[in-house]
Amino acid sequence: MIRFSRTATAWLLLTPMMTIIIGVVGYPLIKTVYYSFTAAHLAAPGTTDSWIGLKNYIKALGNSQFLDSISNTSYFVCVSVSAEIILGVLVALLLNQKFHGRTLLRALLILPLALPTVVNAMMWRLIYAPDFGALNALLTQIGLIESYRSWLGDPDLALSMVAIADVWKNFPLVALITLAALQSISKDLIEAATLDGASAWQRFWNVVFPAILAPVSVALVLRTIEAFKVFDIVYVMTRGGPADSTKTVSFHVYQEAFAYMRIGSGASYALIVVLISSFLIATYMWLLKKQGNTA
Amino acid sequence: MIRHSKTQTCLIYGSALILALLLLLPVLWLFIMSISSTRDLTSLPLAWIPTEASFGNYRDLVSNLDSSAAQSFLYALRNSLIVALCATGLSLLASIPAAYSLSRLPGKRRRGLLFAAIVTFMMPPVAIVLPLYSLMATLGLLNSHFALIAIYCGILVPFTTWLLKSNFDAIPMDLDEAPIIDGANRLQVIWHITLPIAKPAVGAAALMAVLMAWDEFFYALLFTNDIRAKTLPVAIADFAAGRVADYGLISAAGIMATIPPVLLAYFLQKSLVSGLMSGSVKG
Repeated sequence: MIRFSRTATAWLLLTPMMTIIIGVVGYPLIKTVYYSFTAAHLAAPGTTDSWIGLKNYIKALGNSQFLDSISNTSYFVCVSVSAEIILGVLVALLLNQKFHGRTLLRALLILPLALPTVVNAMMWRLIYAPDFGALNALLTQIGLIESYRSWLGDPDLALSMVAIADVWKNFPLVALITLAALQSISKDLIEAATLDGASAWQRFWNVVFPAILAPVSVALVLRTIEAFKVFDIVYVMTRGGPADSTKTVSFHVYQEAFAYMRIGSGASYALIVVLISSFLIATYMWLLKKQGNTA
Repeated sequence: MIRHSKTQTCLIYGSALILALLLLLPVLWLFIMSISSTRDLTSLPLAWIPTEASFGNYRDLVSNLDSSAAQSFLYALRNSLIVALCATGLSLLASIPAAYSLSRLPGKRRRGLLFAAIVTFMMPPVAIVLPLYSLMATLGLLNSHFALIAIYCGILVPFTTWLLKSNFDAIPMDLDEAPIIDGANRLQVIWHITLPIAKPAVGAAALMAVLMAWDEFFYALLFTNDIRAKTLPVAIADFAAGRVADYGLISAAGIMATIPPVLLAYFLQKSLVSGLMSGSVKG
């Protein structure tokens, strides 16, 4: 039997993984870069060779629809992620208290996480429905609104309503991450602080807050990366409408490439999106590394 | 723990109740819609409690094969199962040796590889979807299970490798040494030593992979176009888009698509939480 050197064995064991990643991600990524310099069209074979230089990028950066989609996405990310963090941390602080039913409540947190994203989007779409939706019925019956509204049909409101659906699904993740951090704080530390006369606020600020800061910031960046990619929930709830008010960057690329079939310019949009994502991912890596060094 | 005053206790139970309602009510309403008649769901004021509850929508979806809704639902269920299970199995096959290698036989360049894997996992799908689409079209693989399985492996492998690697790191290295000295090769060590110890971690990785594949929508939407390969998320998006203008039926489909992942998640709650965590706290 042949015996391989340590290095050779290491690389051999990595081969299946590398083959998959290079084949499914690496090679297509390079191809996307190539497409972005061409006038490639989905319905016109041969156009993948039509080199046009930086034209796609110049057009992309001047395209107001694309710029609008960036601002829509930014709004969505800011609103949903900050709500998820605030709600998640509050829920974690609650679940860190001792009370009856705590375990059950913790288990319930899994429900939104396990619910498929598309089902979540469909569920909220039905709840928001303008003619017979539950939200309209509830709010009219308790007297908060006078007549039924089209929640997803109002360009000023639609994106926020989509964000609410996203928050409902994802705040439990932040809660679980924070809860794990809270439970790793030694009880002695809290009790010592209490005996020393620290108020609840002082305990939070000096003991609890430093302990959850790192995991919560990781959760923040992780959710930001995910929220920036948002596509499915928008597709199911609004298809980017009304009046493009919920069109996000992923949706814009999707439309450009698959509705208008312009792969070349679609690729240039995609790479701009990748560039923005890369900053977020780099932040994430930096945070992980920092956390790894202190842990 | 610090003892709570009466006000604090009230506050805690009050917030706990609100949280429970917040988590439960939307899904409960989805379930109620699924057993309500169209008449109840379109009445004004809305009938919160169905006048006649019926599981007819569920029966229609699984047995009334003449209806197009049932057909798309059942085929989608089959496609989702095939794609999620195959992609998970293949991903584990590729990522177990990779994670072992990264954990036990580290090297500077290989460490870079791990980071590259994490980056690929987080990259927006739009970065690679266009060439993948052209490639699958050229190979005649659009609308096939194979295309989705291959792509899902590309998404899952970086994640499962990362997850498993951090778990393998926690297993003492000494255990590998003896069999290696006795002449066993690394694959034998993985099979006989590492995997039995790391069973819970492999279970967590498999669970997360199945959930992710079951949930995936973007690629499935683009790469499939009829009952031969459409997965559940795509079928449900079709329903919601109005091909079936029946709230009850759509809700029933949603509830049924939710049952497998929710059962899996509750069954393996600990693994799920540790799986979600490792994406966020381990480096």
